[in-house]
Amino acid sequence: MIQEPVQSPAGAVPLMQLSELSKAYGPVTVLSDVNLDIRAGEIHAIIGENGAGKSTLMRVISGHVKPTAGTIRLAGGEVTFNTPVVAEHAGIALVHQEILLADGLTVVENLFLGRERTRNGVVDDRAMEHIASERLKALGSTASPRELVRNLPIAQRQLVQIARALLEDHRVVIFDEPTAVLTTAEVDTLLGIVRGLRDRGVAVLYISHRLNEVEALADRITVLRDGKMIGTYDAAAVTQEDMARLMVGRELAMLYPPKRGVSLLPPVLEIQHLSVPGFVTDASLVARPGEVLGLGGMIGAGRTELFEGLLGLRSTKVGQVRVNGKPVRIHSVADGVDAGIGYLTEDRKGKGLLLRERLAPNLVLTALSRLYRKPYIEQKVEARELDRAIGEYDIRVRSRRLEAGQLSGGNQQKLLLAKIMMLDPQVVIIDEPTRGIDIGNKSQIYSFIDALIRAGKACIVISSELQELVGLCDRILVMRAGSIVAEFAGDDITEEAVVLAATSGGPTAAAGGDSR
Amino acid sequence: MTDIAALPQREPFTQRINWVDIGPFIALAVLIIAGVIINPDFLSPTNVANVVTRSAFIAIIAVGATFVISSGGLDLSVGSMAAFVTGIMIMFMNAMVPSMGANAIIAGMALVLCVGALCGLFNGLIVTVGKIEPFIVTLGTMGIFRALITFMSDGGNIPIDRSLREPFRPVYYGNFIGIPIPIIVSIVVALIGAFILYKTKFGRRCAAVGANEDVARFSGISVGRIRTMAFVIQGICVAIAAICYVPRLGAATPTTGLLWELQVITAVVIGGTALRGGKGRIWGTIAGAVILEMIANLMVLSNFISEYLVAAVQGVIIIIAMLVQRFSKQP
Repeated sequence: MIQEPVQSPAGAVPLMQLSELSKAYGPVTVLSDVNLDIRAGEIHAIIGENGAGKSTLMRVISGHVKPTAGTIRLAGGEVTFNTPVVAEHAGIALVHQEILLADGLTVVENLFLGRERTRNGVVDDRAMEHIASERLKALGSTASPRELVRNLPIAQRQLVQIARALLEDHRVVIFDEPTAVLTTAEVDTLLGIVRGLRDRGVAVLYISHRLNEVEALADRITVLRDGKMIGTYDAAAVTQEDMARLMVGRELAMLYPPKRGVSLLPPVLEIQHLSVPGFVTDASLVARPGEVLGLGGMIGAGRTELFEGLLGLRSTKVGQVRVNGKPVRIHSVADGVDAGIGYLTEDRKGKGLLLRERLAPNLVLTALSRLYRKPYIEQKVEARELDRAIGEYDIRVRSRRLEAGQLSGGNQQKLLLAKIMMLDPQVVIIDEPTRGIDIGNKSQIYSFIDALIRAGKACIVISSELQELVGLCDRILVMRAGSIVAEFAGDDITEEAVVLAATSGGPTAAAGGDSR
Repeated sequence: MTDIAALPQREPFTQRINWVDIGPFIALAVLIIAGVIINPDFLSPTNVANVVTRSAFIAIIAVGATFVISSGGLDLSVGSMAAFVTGIMIMFMNAMVPSMGANAIIAGMALVLCVGALCGLFNGLIVTVGKIEPFIVTLGTMGIFRALITFMSDGGNIPIDRSLREPFRPVYYGNFIGIPIPIIVSIVVALIGAFILYKTKFGRRCAAVGANEDVARFSGISVGRIRTMAFVIQGICVAIAAICYVPRLGAATPTTGLLWELQVITAVVIGGTALRGGKGRIWGTIAGAVILEMIANLMVLSNFISEYLVAAVQGVIIIIAMLVQRFSKQP
């Protein structure tokens, strides 16, 4: 059972107090009557499904969005944040979910953007670089301060963004899904940093989809559902199951479909001795129909690069690829499509969908040549395909005329999956299948993956979410520093084993072997 | 299935009017009304035909530019290219007159279309194979084409052979069922352009490449091929414009097509096509080209603004067009 929501202890003035806070866009209410108190020196987790209003609440607190009603009190006094700058001056920092950095500037330039340190009126590069490398090291980042942000992998960019938010001493620090792009070890470092902030008396607001993180970290937990506050709970008193139940408002069905077991069918895709210079060394793997093959490892281990190399998106060395036993040469995504390989990118907004384009053109973009023999296109055909995809993949849309960017993350992911499946690939490679999407959509995506396996296709899932990898996959390969270092199947698949192999000297008996 | 009523609605979805789509046509309507108020002769068939005919060159080239800009490119060389291909065409026709007579015109037209396509291919290949910014590449070829026509004409002009003047004349001055030929040509070019851009796989891919190169590449589209094709289409459009232009001036000179690239880009941008690529708007482009010419015409017809300020007014129009685009995107 879940205990009653806790009350603020009498007498203690919370650092920040939100009363009857509401936000509406036109007739649509996204946040209604939120009452929340935030204490100094606590980690306060905000959880809820996508669309529950978490991000809106954080944007209101940090001055990015103006509330339509309600008040915010900071240290007892009422405040109004018209802009993020005002909120920041009041000591409130927000670490955004999206990466908001200037690509063409260096790490140190980004860190100090708008608050450059000067000496005698001249920008003091050395001092800034010194501080930058200290801060980054503390966060466990390996990025060099002089590196261009453009050249950093996404996890490093996120760490730079966190470092930027923590540069000044703030009273309230808000993390919006900070770990969505981080791997286990990086998450552990970050959790340490968050605890350090709390111990220094900072109030930390922490938004996450990952309930295990919330359980490990939070002192108190506030649950939002459909823009309304469900309650604030003492973290010690609620389990992950409780949290999930409160978020969804119903009993959570089994998240993962039952496993299928290791497949013994002849492989449909064989990769032999593929190297992607700078990223992957001598990788070999086989994917068989009837099983989900997982690829685990830290971000930067070369998992995404391996498959981008396979599809000719990066230059490769040596290597042979066979599909159904026949050697194929793949120089582009189009060649991959012809060979029966579909690749679903991890970066659905940057590389997957045209956000300002409507749904139907997005859906059929890769499949244009298959859909139409003639050079011209027909709206009717596309409308029919869209209807089919919407039904088949349960894409929730208010209108068929929406742009892809107007869909929620989960629906975008379903659209992207439908787009890849239009090619009827034999092998489906899905990179981070559920990044940044809520639990309901996650479970649906898993069942779609299960369905395509049962339809006789092979599926490769790259995931940084350990729970997902272990819960979904029948066989797991782990990459470390560009090499495939371990393989697990059946009962050998445990979170501990995968973590160990990904980070240090786990079992290396399997394919490849560490090159160093 | 989808339960419309129960869905979380983040913003009200109404069929909002897209000002970017209809903006150029509203501007055109406003200009026409203003024109009639200023001078009743403005809407006389002669004046309308005159304005639209004069805008035809820019309109035809701008249809090609809509493809290039839509695919995320930019072509600054169109003015110089027009002069260059005009020069080639005239020299070729003059050389062919002794053996072919008036048929030299047909041969010249065929040749100029090929040369235009090749010039576009040249631009396109340097951009895509050399992986250089289109701005820089076409800045270079702009200089090259301009120097070539200056060299070919020896700084003077390349006049068309006397015997060809009469037979070629109708291409600019003639009309078909009362509509001047250049207008018909530009409408046909726009119709074909609109069909290609909106109704073919190539057009769809073109917009995808311009909207997001990565998405296009990950969707199995050959980005380089699409971009190159857009430049080739641009070259062909330049050649078509050159064909219509020759009978009007009767010669190619080092100043032929000077600053056309700016007018062309202006027409495309006021037409509603985003300069950073993505969805192209052919009919907006045509409206943009007519607007530019109409402003010039109005200023000549009216007395209160000096016609020396034409470029300034056109400049104001382009800025207003950009502001409309900017603010209609942020609800």
